[in-house]
Amino acid sequence: MSVIYLLITISIFVAVGFFVAFVIAVKSGQYDDDYTPSVRMLFDDEISKNRTQNSEGKEQNAEV
Amino acid sequence: MDTQNCFHCGLDIVAEAEIIFDEKTFCCAGCKTVYEIFSLNDLTSYYDFEKSPGATPQDIKGKYDFLENESIVSKLLEFQEETTAIVSLSIPHIHCSSCIWILENLQRLQEGINVSQVNFPDKKVRINYNPQIVSLSKIAYLLSSIGYEPYISLENYESGTQNVDRSLTYKLGVAFFCFGNIMLLSFPEYFEVKEFWLDNYKPFFRWLIFALSLPSFLYSASGYYVSAYKSIKSRMLNIDIPIALGIIIFFIRSTVDIVMDYGSGFFDSLTGLVFFMLLGKMFQIKTYSFLSFERDFKSYFPVAVTRINTDASEESVAVYDIKKGDRLLIRNQELIPVDGILISETAAIDYSFVTGEFIPINKNSGDKVFAGGKQIGKVIEMEVLFSVSQSYLTQLWSNDVFQKNVEQKHKSITDSISRYFTPILLLIAFAGFGYWIFKDVNTAFNVFTAVLIVACPCALALTAPFTLGNVLRIVGKQKFYLKNALVIEQLAKVDTIVFDKTGTITTNKKSNISYEGKPLSETNLIRIKSVLRGSNHPLSRMLYDFLPDMGRVNISDFEEITGKGIQSKVVESFVRIGSAAFTGKTEENTALQTSVHIQMNDEYYGKYVFKNQYREGLEELFKSLDSHYQIKVLSGDNAGEKAALEQLLPKSTELVFNQKPEQKLEFIKQLQDSGKNVMMVGDGLNDAGALAQSNVGISISENVNVFSPACDAILEATQFQKLHYFLKLSKKAMLVIKMSFGLSLLYNVVGLTFAITGNLQPLIAAIIMPLSTVTIVSFVTVMSNYYARKLEVRS
Repeated sequence: MSVIYLLITISIFVAVGFFVAFVIAVKSGQYDDDYTPSVRMLFDDEISKNRTQNSEGKEQNAEV
Repeated sequence: MDTQNCFHCGLDIVAEAEIIFDEKTFCCAGCKTVYEIFSLNDLTSYYDFEKSPGATPQDIKGKYDFLENESIVSKLLEFQEETTAIVSLSIPHIHCSSCIWILENLQRLQEGINVSQVNFPDKKVRINYNPQIVSLSKIAYLLSSIGYEPYISLENYESGTQNVDRSLTYKLGVAFFCFGNIMLLSFPEYFEVKEFWLDNYKPFFRWLIFALSLPSFLYSASGYYVSAYKSIKSRMLNIDIPIALGIIIFFIRSTVDIVMDYGSGFFDSLTGLVFFMLLGKMFQIKTYSFLSFERDFKSYFPVAVTRINTDASEESVAVYDIKKGDRLLIRNQELIPVDGILISETAAIDYSFVTGEFIPINKNSGDKVFAGGKQIGKVIEMEVLFSVSQSYLTQLWSNDVFQKNVEQKHKSITDSISRYFTPILLLIAFAGFGYWIFKDVNTAFNVFTAVLIVACPCALALTAPFTLGNVLRIVGKQKFYLKNALVIEQLAKVDTIVFDKTGTITTNKKSNISYEGKPLSETNLIRIKSVLRGSNHPLSRMLYDFLPDMGRVNISDFEEITGKGIQSKVVESFVRIGSAAFTGKTEENTALQTSVHIQMNDEYYGKYVFKNQYREGLEELFKSLDSHYQIKVLSGDNAGEKAALEQLLPKSTELVFNQKPEQKLEFIKQLQDSGKNVMMVGDGLNDAGALAQSNVGISISENVNVFSPACDAILEATQFQKLHYFLKLSKKAMLVIKMSFGLSLLYNVVGLTFAITGNLQPLIAAIIMPLSTVTIVSFVTVMSNYYARKLEVRS
């Protein structure tokens, strides 16, 4: 019977956990700029591809 | 014609100036240099994200030297330690993903930069760097050299870092958390199954719900209590009084219910109500963070200028430290921060920030130069007459208009309705109470509280935020940016419109050019056009664009003489283009017009006269506005254009010329004193006073990112002819609000019949409340979109 107390308590704690996560996210400024991260996310591949090319790429550039 | 575009900046390439580098074409050496910098550092991905994203770097030698001054730099920095410093720079050119990419890879271009992060909507880049390796001025020069010139103004210098107000987000989060959980926990009560097992847990559920409602009641709704208290204190009945009253009664009644075990209370409806109303508040706030509606001269004036000391040494000093008698050095494109006397022989000063007139005015040694002008051409020297705060232009800001709190100048439609709503509501509640008290005391209290709960003007309070928020977005998409939703209500009330002339109803982009004098042969025209190509003076550029393209001849010995004109050898003839005196013409009365004179081989030919070009659709706009509004045109210029304006504009338009900034403000004030609701449409800093004084101040801007004085709304210049459409839409928005008020009152009547008969069950309240919210919100959204479309089709 008393399992319902336990379950509800757990569910409330889970909900509070999410709420705290939300507050932390707002506090860190994640909601201040909602556009740039969506663009920035797509850059990462581009940069790493560039870096791997860098070592050979420089010589190639010199030839060109 | 050459149709090729520059690989870097995308501008058309003039065939002769074309530079080919690395198999790519560039329009000028500046663009090529930027490409070179990028390709040397493996940053050519810049060109992959967006086609020709760049800007041509400007020549800004010496402009950021003041950033070497420690005390100035420390005021600009957000954070400063021995090895780390953080600065936020505003960069107007940020416009695409390539910009984000290159600015977040600055560390690859310059040693000492640790991290840089772009905030795209704000058009800002936040740079974390090591001041021991790299200085701020070096970073500023680096950014300029790749075409991203930072914008550092007096405003940055004064304000430093601002804190962002996020309390509404928190409140909304709390309200949603409480609302969601309470709804879930309320389900057993909704079904009211008389089951032993569930009945056993009733108290547990109820007290848990009670505990969950506390954050919403105490924190999320706190804004309403404060506002209600303030409005009672100032004896103005606003909508927050019945809301706060409703919420408190809601809470007390529900608590009594569960304490006395009468029922489950109305906590679900209570938290739902708080959540929806906060949502409405959130929706109403649509900020254009890349725009600023609060700009004054500080946003445009430089942080520091170069002072020439008595021993001829040069030094950067903060603008506020300039004293009378100092000698200042003003470079090309630099703003003159104070009034003074010109010492150098000549100067060409562009006052477009102040008056909207972009053609530079020539000054000679000994002339007075005013703050706000921009020097075009070579370096000049001047002597200071007044300090910054006492200069001609900046004095305007000491006027009372800029001091008082503008919030209170208008009463919103919701508040005017609630002035009737609140007393009627209380009357019904007491009538119900009085009726029942003789029959059953318990029911009497139930009815009294139920009336206040049901009639809580949730739907009423949601109407205006959702309608206005929606209209705000609709006009925002059409490049009419409003400061806040209240501006729409004010727009609907306007009955008088005052326009500034230069830069507002005229455009800077084009000019009406006509030729007076001896006829010019085709060969001569070609020669003139070829000479004009070399000049960057705005008049030369316009005349160049005006003359037909017929070919080109080579020129030699080209020379540009600031304040006078240009001269050059073309084939066998010698061409001079410029002011009357320069071309050997005896001065006549030319004060009323702008003209460029032509002289060839010491023979005077004639002049090109530049007339203001009025904005496209101006005539139609004024014609359609004329029947609904009183229109006035206010100009700081002389009456030179009077005849042309009278012909163009409707007869009833009043024209006033020679107005100083303070006089413009006074003009608006007089109109208001005679009971008018005035809308001011202006553009320059000299209109700032009038814009602030008017009921609605609209600033017209050719480039919204760069320049606009403080105002209530910013309209992009290309949308100027839509002004009447926006005004009509604002009136329709008010109509939608009134219709929706009717609808929500209907809900109140239905709810009240339940309440007054003593039959309000928690379940009924839980149904009526969200239902009315959803219908009201969808009604106003659909209606405002419908009117927006309908009006657009017609106009």
